Order: sequence, then C-alpha cells, then structure tokens
Amino acid sequence: MSQAQYTRDVYGNTLVELGSRDASVVVLDADLSGSTRTSFFRDKFPDRFVNFGVAEQNMMASAAGLASCGKIVFASTFAMFATARALDQVRNSICYNNFNVKIVATHGGITVGEDGASHQALEDINFFRAIPNMKIIVPCDGPETRSAVIAAYENPGPFYIRLGRAKVETIKNKAEFVLGKGYILEKGKDVAIVACGITVTEALGARVLLEKEGISATVANLHTIKPIDQDLIVDIATSHKGIIVCEEHQIIGGLFSAVSEVLARRCPTRVEPIGIKDRFGQSGTPQELLDFYGLTSHSIAEKAKKLVRQQS
Amino acid sequence: MKSRVKALKNKANSIRKLIIKMLAEAKSGHPGGSLSSTEIVACLYFDVLRHDSKNPTWPQRDRFHLSKGHCCPVVYAALALSGYFPIKELMNLRKFGSLLQGHPDGRTPGIEVASGSLGQGLSVSLGMALAAKMDKEDWRVYCLMGDGENQEGNVWEAAMACAHFKLDNLCAIIDHNCFQIDGRTEEIMNLEPLANKWESFGWHVVQCDGHNIEEILLAFEEAKSIKLKPTVIIAHTVKGKGVSFMEHVADFHGRAPTEKERAVALSELEGIEKEERKLD
Repeated sequence: MSQAQYTRDVYGNTLVELGSRDASVVVLDADLSGSTRTSFFRDKFPDRFVNFGVAEQNMMASAAGLASCGKIVFASTFAMFATARALDQVRNSICYNNFNVKIVATHGGITVGEDGASHQALEDINFFRAIPNMKIIVPCDGPETRSAVIAAYENPGPFYIRLGRAKVETIKNKAEFVLGKGYILEKGKDVAIVACGITVTEALGARVLLEKEGISATVANLHTIKPIDQDLIVDIATSHKGIIVCEEHQIIGGLFSAVSEVLARRCPTRVEPIGIKDRFGQSGTPQELLDFYGLTSHSIAEKAKKLVRQQS
Repeated sequence: MKSRVKALKNKANSIRKLIIKMLAEAKSGHPGGSLSSTEIVACLYFDVLRHDSKNPTWPQRDRFHLSKGHCCPVVYAALALSGYFPIKELMNLRKFGSLLQGHPDGRTPGIEVASGSLGQGLSVSLGMALAAKMDKEDWRVYCLMGDGENQEGNVWEAAMACAHFKLDNLCAIIDHNCFQIDGRTEEIMNLEPLANKWESFGWHVVQCDGHNIEEILLAFEEAKSIKLKPTVIIAHTVKGKGVSFMEHVADFHGRAPTEKERAVALSELEGIEKEERKLD
C-alpha cells in the first residue's frame, strides 16, 4: 500500500488530459461538479462543459444527442442519480443507440457514509448490468481509475464507471489494466477471493489473516463487471475449493451475480457473497458501515474459513 | 408561395395515404397522431429541412428528431418519399427483421436517434443543438413532440435548459391534437394554459393551424428569425385528420385500420385530393 487518494481527483485530472488530447471530448454534470471533480475540466475547457443543474434525466438524454453528433461525452453525478434517476434515458436514449456516452459516477456504495441510505447507491451495477451495450468498470484505486477512464474513452459505446467518495490506498503489484480482463493479485491454493473496487484492499487483508490460520487464499481483481472475464472465473473455480465474491453493492445483481451466472453454466462451484444483503444503508462513518455490513477483511476471512472447512 | 403550398399539400396527401396503407398492412400502430402531424412533417421534409437522402449522414444537415416516436409512420412515409429507402419498404412496417421498427430505430436511414419512450426527445434535441453551438455550425434542430408528452417531467427539465442555454438553433413543434391514448388531454391531465407554460419557461411561442401549410411555413420562418431563445410552435391539429371516422377519436391513437376501414379511408383521402385538384 502506498499513498491514499481520491479516485475522483484522478478522474478529474484524466478528463483534463483527454480534453487536451481530443477536442470532441465533452463533459456534463448535474450540479455536482465540485464533488465529482468535473470542475477540473470545466476550469480548463469551459466551452466543452455543460452543467445541467439538478436534472439528471435531461443530462443523460442530452448526452445522447451530443453523442449522436460525434461528441465523446462524459456525464457525471452521484451513482444514485446517474443510474436509478435516469435509467430510462440511459437505456433508451444512450444504450439502445449504442452511443459514445461514458457515465462516470462518484459516491457509489456504502462508504458515502454520513449522508445515509438515500445517497448510498447499492443497486447501481444491477440497474445497468442488464442493459445491452453497456460496459461496467469498478476500479480499485487511483491508477486503475485513470486506466478505466482512458479505456472508456478509447472504446466506442456506453460505459459505466463507478467511483467512491472516500480516499483509497493505491494497491501494489497490479497487472496492467485490460478492459474485460481480471487478474490475480496474489496466488494461493485453498480458497479464492474475487473482489472489485474498495473490497480489493479488504480481500488482500483477508488473505493475510487466513495465512496466519494456515489457509492459502488467491485474490483476484475483477474490475470489469461487464463484460465479465469468464475464463478467469472458470480457471479460479477449477483450482480452488470455492470462491468468495466481495463487492460494495447488494448481493443481488452485482459482481456476485455475474460470477455465479458464469459458474452455474460453465463450472458449478461453491460461491459465497460478501456484500449488502438486500437492505438499505444508514448514516455512519465509512469504517462503521463497513464493519456493520460485514465488508471487512475480517468478515471475508471468516467466510473463507467456513467455506474451506465445509468443503474439506 | 402558392405553388409551394400546393406542392406541399400534395405531399401531405401522399403521406396520409401511405400512413393508412402501411398501418393496415402492419395491423397495428398509431394512426391518430401520424395523421394530425402530416402537414407539419410534409413542410419539414419537403421545404424546411436541409437534408439529402443520398447522404443521410451529411454533417451539415439539419437534425430532425421525432420525440413522439409512436407516430413514426408519418416520418417513415416522408423518408420514403424523400428517397431514403424504397416506398415499398413501408409495407414491412413492424414486421420481423424490418428496417422499419414499431418505434424509430437507428437502423432506418434518416433516423438520427431511436425514440419511443416519451419525454426524452427534447433533451436529445437539446444535446444536438449544443453540439452545433460548440462546433459553430449553422445547422438547425427540429423536434416534434406530442401534446400528451408534455405531462412528462423530463420535458420541463429540457424546456428550462434549452432557454437557459439560449438555443435559438432549436425549434420544437407540439402536435396539439388534444388527445392522448386514454382520452382527451383536458380530462386525463390538463395541459392548459400550454402556451403560457412554454412562455414562462423562456421560449418564443408561435401558434398556428397545424393543417394550414402557409401558417406552418410562416411559423418555421419566424422560428428561424428569433435569436437567443428557442422557439416552440404549438400547432393546433385534429387527431386522425383527413379520415372522417378517425377524427377526434381516441381509439385511433393506437389502433390500425381494418381492411374495410382502409378502403373507406383511402377513398376519402382520394376524394380530398380530387376536390383540391378542382380548386386549382
């Protein structure tokens, strides 16, 4: 682990980089440009930045109109409003047309913290995962955020990149980012822990805890939720006793579902979720909430231990 | 002006007949709002719009977006008559594998953006108009909306924003036929005073008889002359216009004519054409 940074800072800086490179990059926001850091782009390229005010539906359908005229559009707001509030606009105006609109939302997940349940997007990946043409990335740290934003820029069609609110540590020894390809961070042999976003750090912590108990765990980062890396999942399944899937999302419709769908068809395997269990969040510090909802290295290690015991 | 109007009347008549034919063949679809917006669409495609059917993606073309996507038959007919695809293709409307989907789809030459879910089209058009402004291009954006569609909240988000961004390169047209699928708009969800609403949102409002070619052309000319404001043309129309048993009948919002109704409708429309020829 090295220095902690806001992934949204990285997003803002990457937008400026892309904006300097390509005049067709346009950035939209809905009154949250300070929080999402699209303000970095606004300050540099005011003529290519549009603030829609508190009107996410209008922003998303307008993004489709801009993209239809050849613009590469980045549209940002909080994950809650980018997905649920504007779902029909994203489905029918953006994805159905397969337009070049990159939705980069911040404040995804429970670690939004004190703002409470109304602002904690825990279903966002589920909302977008079922829409054809949509690609979904949940980066684990700053450098991976930059890679994800560049990948979204370079690959045509709609993208959803989900970022959090809090600072995150940069994870060491990551593989090079390839869209749609996960990678193994630590190789073990008993149990595999598959994670995305902030839960990658927790998964690495769980590996250390398990090691002390004589259990060897593999940790894999599946940053791209859609298209999911089927081959990696099958490889992991065939070489471990079971898989723990970790995500800062409901256990319905997110990474756990995506992994389970692959395994059900190609390699039936014991899979256990670490995530929010079909309930709403609440106010609290990020750490209090991670503890309460069981998204920590300790709960991952406990679940992994149980799985190994049962499968032995 | 006289010959211009006459030519457009002829186009409108041709479009109406094609609407009836393709809907009867498809056995489903939306005649009411297609027939009420026929003159508006005829004026756009055969007079107002800068477009080229041989080059549908010409960058300098004006953009037309059908926000009330269910009325695609009127646009499909205009596209076919403009040469975007053969007229016989219209008989494949709504059929499996067809170029002509039940609601507008990007696979159709001349369709810019898919539509069908009401209330989003003005936002899509807003995005296009912003793109033109960013690129300092002089092409214009036209967005045809239904009146019932004004009940969608997204429309008013877009209305507020178009005025805020001073999009004088955007012209919205509301086909104000006073009907929606469940009945009269004033009974289902009253829209009035509609013109005042748009004015208060910062738009230049023009009202016209949506079946009077001269009035429609003048409204479009006025829209072009207005600076620093978007213009909305509230076109007062008759749902099902041109076919006696469809006029002012909510049932024909979303029901295709039967074979028998097709024959009656076509003979009525041919009668109108003959009358008009006599007047010349």
